[in-house]
Amino acid sequence: MIEKALQGGKGYWTLIVILLAVIGVGVLAYLKQFSEGLTVTGLSRDVSWGLYIAQFTFLVGVAASAVMVVLPYYLHNYKMFGKLTILGEFLAIGACIMCMTFIFVDMGQPFRIGNVFLYPSPHSMMFWDTVVLFGYLLLNILISRVAMSSENKGVAPPKWIKPFIILSIPWAISIHTVTAFLYSGLAARPFWMTAVLAPRFLASAFASGPALLIILCLILKRFTKFDAGREPIQKLGVIVAYAMALNIFLILMEIFTAVYSGIPEHIDHFKYMFVGLQDAEGVMVTNLVPWMWTSSVLAVFSLSLLLVTKLRQNETILGIAAVAVFASLWIDKGMGMIVAGFTPNPTHVVVPYTPTLIESLITLAIWGMGALIVTILYKVALTLRKQVQRVPYRA
Amino acid sequence: MSFDRRKFVKAASIAALGGVVSPPLKLFGGVVVDGQSAEAVPEAVSGCIGCECSPVAPPTNATRWAMVIDLKTCREHEDCTICMDACHKTHNVPDVDNPKEQMKWIWKEHFGHAFHEADHPYLEEHVKHSNALLMCNHCNNPPCVSVCPTNATFKREKDGLVMMDWHRCIGCRYCIAACPYGSRSFNYTEPKKYFAEKGIQIEPDFPTRTRGVVEKCTFCEERLARGLWPACVDACPHNALVFGDLDNPDDPVRCLLAKHFTIRRKPALGTEPEIYYIV
Repeated sequence: MIEKALQGGKGYWTLIVILLAVIGVGVLAYLKQFSEGLTVTGLSRDVSWGLYIAQFTFLVGVAASAVMVVLPYYLHNYKMFGKLTILGEFLAIGACIMCMTFIFVDMGQPFRIGNVFLYPSPHSMMFWDTVVLFGYLLLNILISRVAMSSENKGVAPPKWIKPFIILSIPWAISIHTVTAFLYSGLAARPFWMTAVLAPRFLASAFASGPALLIILCLILKRFTKFDAGREPIQKLGVIVAYAMALNIFLILMEIFTAVYSGIPEHIDHFKYMFVGLQDAEGVMVTNLVPWMWTSSVLAVFSLSLLLVTKLRQNETILGIAAVAVFASLWIDKGMGMIVAGFTPNPTHVVVPYTPTLIESLITLAIWGMGALIVTILYKVALTLRKQVQRVPYRA
Repeated sequence: MSFDRRKFVKAASIAALGGVVSPPLKLFGGVVVDGQSAEAVPEAVSGCIGCECSPVAPPTNATRWAMVIDLKTCREHEDCTICMDACHKTHNVPDVDNPKEQMKWIWKEHFGHAFHEADHPYLEEHVKHSNALLMCNHCNNPPCVSVCPTNATFKREKDGLVMMDWHRCIGCRYCIAACPYGSRSFNYTEPKKYFAEKGIQIEPDFPTRTRGVVEKCTFCEERLARGLWPACVDACPHNALVFGDLDNPDDPVRCLLAKHFTIRRKPALGTEPEIYYIV
């Protein structure tokens, strides 16, 4: 099956080469980090997690969001998503691998990572996160592999795969819930210690993931012969609209609780994000402020587009809204969420964090690697589908 | 108040010269005091010394180590860094100039930062502008231990010390996120290079760490094992640090806690920090 990835046009190969170049630069950057230590990053004793862990958090959401196409198709027999499920599952595979790579590059002693399994520690949420993430990756590899091979042979997928598919649905919810638990169980970090964190993570995941899927479908439609169909893309738009509305609602809940109660250690993090906070020398630190406002404006803008049916039905506008949702939530989770949790630090001191070039190149390379995986998997899936010339039939 | 043993020793020695007190007297960790000799110098005796509870060496059967820090005495010696120097020297803690990558096992923090909940604009002047001595609290309910995905940091069963296995730590820094006290440091770079750069001798008795692992105060478990007081306690010339077994009602720490109003950092979090402060 995989040999299909080696047959492609000029555009396909150009994309592959660009992605390989981005990855190559990142590998060099990582070699520097590997030889010198995490000192090459902008991390500090005060902000000890940054870009890497934030990307991990965001991408767990993207991985989990495959459930938004799998669930309607398998549980509600929503046939329209038939063509999309494989894309969702492949996206989940790419996102899972990216998550693991982000964790790997964040480790101070990456070669000791096996210790997580050698000395299992059920009291640690990180242990569980590793377990569920690995499990989710394996589930998606298994399910997509079986489905593809049946489709290739023109037969219905074997019955035994169905329980795995059903299992993958709660499993998807679990990966992002456990990821939220990494943070929300920490008494030391009031910004994260909120019961609404897991629901908020899920809402933002179910907006950003399907938004990415819309973007990918529109790209495929434009540059390949694959058309997911108008109806399913529209349906995804509705899912994004609901999830985004819920996400914004939950963020407002957080802000209300912090602002109305006025407890400094809760409100300070929001101040740091949206207006800035003074550091130990009395200098105002506002490095997150422009980002957070961009995220907020994009959130409101995209939701307005999505909520108006007429606008949403225009595929170009839907595309713009999907990009806006994705960008807004990437800033919110991929930049704000983690760094703001560490700022101010436990002694109420503001220590600013800015990612370094090396850190950014490594991050970009992992995104490039994810894009490469998804590109190759999509290529294989779409080539096979073209050859089979059959309406995909699954389960 | 001050439980200045040195002052006591001085007074006691003078008394001894006069034949009132008989030796042996030993410096802290301990002045061996029998009831009689303590009574003999009532003026100079303060703190727990009056309780006949100043042992020569740390107890060998402690079940819950704790420390009492007398910030009042610390305040009298504002620029004193003896305990910090002793600790960092003993444990090969590198002296890092970049504040973002500093390694701290024991350090001074502005009082208002250390005790945010006790801070207010009209605080007693000398407290307000003072520093508090901070280190790992060796919590009875340590959040760093709960979060560690490899059990590289763990609470020792027999005496409650929060320990670290630097060979197992994967450097994920989850413990840093979980510690409410900022007590943990991460080796962002090769720590040994700082010793070479600054021409500081590496102490052969204690391991150096490698890049990419987390470290913190260990309450000197390696010294306790040899019957020695923690390095900071041993070094303090003002006896502002008292270390002992919280589970023993006759221990000096219990004695001090019973006699003085003490506070702990962020007690509301339920971590049960084992460092008590007299302010």
